[in-house]
Amino acid sequence: MRLCVLYSGGKDSTYALKKAMETDDVDVVCLISLLSENKESYMFHTPNINITKLQAETIGLPLIQKTTPGEKEKELFDLKKAIYEAKNEYGIDGVVTGAIESVYQASRVQQICDELNLWCFNPLWLKDQVELLKEIVENEFEVIISGIAAYPLDKRWLGRKIDYKVIYELVKMKEKFSISPSGEGGEIETTVLDAPFFRKRIKITDFNTFYRGNSGVYIIKGAELVDK
Amino acid sequence: MILIVDMNSKQLSSLEFVEPLKNIVMKFDNCETKHYTDAIELDRYDKIIISGTALKENDYFKPTLFEWVEEFQRPILGICAGMEILGILFGSKLINCKEIGMQKITTIKDNKLFSSEFNAYELHNYSLDPSEDFEVLSTSKNCIQAIKHKEKEIYGVMFHPEVKNKEIIQRFLSI
Repeated sequence: MRLCVLYSGGKDSTYALKKAMETDDVDVVCLISLLSENKESYMFHTPNINITKLQAETIGLPLIQKTTPGEKEKELFDLKKAIYEAKNEYGIDGVVTGAIESVYQASRVQQICDELNLWCFNPLWLKDQVELLKEIVENEFEVIISGIAAYPLDKRWLGRKIDYKVIYELVKMKEKFSISPSGEGGEIETTVLDAPFFRKRIKITDFNTFYRGNSGVYIIKGAELVDK
Repeated sequence: MILIVDMNSKQLSSLEFVEPLKNIVMKFDNCETKHYTDAIELDRYDKIIISGTALKENDYFKPTLFEWVEEFQRPILGICAGMEILGILFGSKLINCKEIGMQKITTIKDNKLFSSEFNAYELHNYSLDPSEDFEVLSTSKNCIQAIKHKEKEIYGVMFHPEVKNKEIIQRFLSI
């Protein structure tokens, strides 16, 4: 079965990719990334989406990258075009997403796959968020926090690597402030710099951080692949 | 001990439609999972839940593999594909009725699993034209959403309670 992964470069889609690559009879043949011009996109993770080119290179998979104005519902049409391209160019049988809880995202991708007669897989669907974070650390993913959008997350969180200490702090925040530990509600965005199936790791050579109110981003301005 | 019957032919779909059920059930009871093609030792289980599947899954339309349903004298809950197969086993007809995403569900008959109106997540191509063995418990705008066998504790829901209505699974476990 030939599959493509909707790939944002964050922890969820990278972990979903891992799940797909580990599955018998599955051949992941390409990645799809949508660059949203709207940072409040309803569908697509936005910080550092440009880094997906480097991630695809180190994973060793072709990347279909499209730009979308990121307007609600219209961005779905752009996603459908990208998936259609994957179907024509790479003969995919289905699509994998990193959706965990978002019924909005999941049902819209399901709808598109149905219209294109493709399988749709959500291997992280309804997964316990703290368990997911622990698995990501246990599996030696190197993941940084590249976006925050919830009190009391402040600029000190930007660029932090997710480790057990970060997970512990997020769990405490969940108890006190109802923040989703895995950032499913958009509270936290992440960027993956290394994973077991990355041939080389990504080294950040230049970055900027922006923080205002209770939200901020860690923008990677320069990065390169280096030996592990 | 609760048995979850996995109706999926693809491993990735089992992660999506069986693991979430398992995680809910394990909060209340011991639980085992078996694929629908596996042999089932009915005596081991107090209740059985038959899972849903991906939209494109069609392999499970093999009623002879589910003949154990008539022998099992304890509660069964079929979710989506599970409801379809339960319906077929008792003479119901499949009808085209596609729903993807959240739908408003209206309860039309008092029952042990849910009441009044609620919203639920849908992912199906078909619903049932139920045989006389069943009573209809709820509907959405377009499709029959839940049924119960008139004489047995056999329930079917077309929506996916594991997504937004976990309490329905909890209620089933306490029947």
